[in-house]
Amino acid sequence: MLSERVLGILSDSFFRILIPGLTVTIPLTVISFSLALVIAIIVALIQFAKVKILKDIARFYVWVIRGTPLLVQLFVVFYGLPNVGILIDPFPAAVIVFAINEGAYCAETIRAGLEAVPYGQMEAGECVGMSYMQIMRRILLPQALRISFPTLANSVISMIKDTSLAANITVTEMFMATQRIVARTYEPLALYIEVGLIYLVFCTVLTRLQRYGEKKLGRYRI
Amino acid sequence: MILSIKDIKKSFGEQNVLNGISLDVEKGDVVALLGPSGSGKTTLLRCMNCLETPDSGVMEFAGNSYNLSALSSREKASIRKRTGFVFQNFNLFRNKTALENVTEGLIVVRKMNRKEAVEKAEETLEKVGMASWASHYPFELSGGQQQRVAIARAIAADPEIVYFDEPTSALDPELAGEVLSVMKMLAEEGMTMVVVTHAMDFARNVSKHVIFMEHGVVVERGKTEKLFSDPEEERTRAFLRLEEI
Repeated sequence: MLSERVLGILSDSFFRILIPGLTVTIPLTVISFSLALVIAIIVALIQFAKVKILKDIARFYVWVIRGTPLLVQLFVVFYGLPNVGILIDPFPAAVIVFAINEGAYCAETIRAGLEAVPYGQMEAGECVGMSYMQIMRRILLPQALRISFPTLANSVISMIKDTSLAANITVTEMFMATQRIVARTYEPLALYIEVGLIYLVFCTVLTRLQRYGEKKLGRYRI
Repeated sequence: MILSIKDIKKSFGEQNVLNGISLDVEKGDVVALLGPSGSGKTTLLRCMNCLETPDSGVMEFAGNSYNLSALSSREKASIRKRTGFVFQNFNLFRNKTALENVTEGLIVVRKMNRKEAVEKAEETLEKVGMASWASHYPFELSGGQQQRVAIARAIAADPEIVYFDEPTSALDPELAGEVLSVMKMLAEEGMTMVVVTHAMDFARNVSKHVIFMEHGVVVERGKTEKLFSDPEEERTRAFLRLEEI
């Protein structure tokens, strides 16, 4: 099965797949996830603080995003919004959708982290004289993020693979690059396994980073 | 008079926890709040430091008057800036070292510069015998050590009064001993303290006044020697007898 022709195609295509991986898939993941974290922290804080109207908005956001497919969200933003005059380039459109989508999931993760911090930590901060925001920023949120870290790492690993969906809105990331080579060479099995293995390598690196991160954070224990 | 509380009332739903408690504390006084579990001692202490909001009650503290049932956040901040609070289960900031637990309030609330705050914190940790543990995180400390750091955190900013909420109830007798000896030292230095406690030795030997509570009211109050040697109320006598055993 692994004829010389196939081996030739695999080695020729390797860098043509890897390079979009490094220049599109990874930046897309890193930028989207960073934005997702910002969204998630804000949404989690709103829910935790129990500010009535804002909390309803936050819950609505989480409800809608978690209740609709990522692919549908990508299509709505990229193919749908032009109908109302909003045209967004493929890459930024993907960043927006991935950030908003992942933000909803991570918001729940961080909210759970905040709720896992014993209430005494908040009271201790109050007794020292700190304001709510000071306690949040310096005491509760660091602990909540520490608690949420493994789950958040899980989300990044999940997201790097989900970025392959961006191929559907013409982002030439790793998967689309592979599809193009398949269309030319008619070797889908070998090439899709090849791109799968590259994803696997990316995720392995992330898993290592997670372990390293956990060790670094392990200076204190929750 | 540094602290004077008038007629605090507090209920949780149907349950009346405090039925009109009044209390005066002189500067340098050490007041032990005694009473069976559920008598409202802890709730009273928490109301005094705005951790609970009573249904009614007025507090005169350090020359200001506060309506405890409707405090603004500015008023709460001004009360807490001059008080320290020690919890039953320590509540040290878990993401901060012993030293950082003490410097946190000095830097963030009191706007001390870092160097000054560290000096002050080291000095305070020294006082409670925890200087050599300054760089350790709470999980690396025994309960008694954590509580001593918590006391350092409560007194570092030179509060007018320190509240202790059953500071030794979560500790075995040996660890409780090291915490009580720190508290005794503070009392001897003239620190004003209100202590909710079940440690009868401490109440008897260190406190200057005792307030005995039950069912949200003060049953009896007075000088420590008097209350222990010759209590007026039968209920107080019965309680002290039981606690002796």
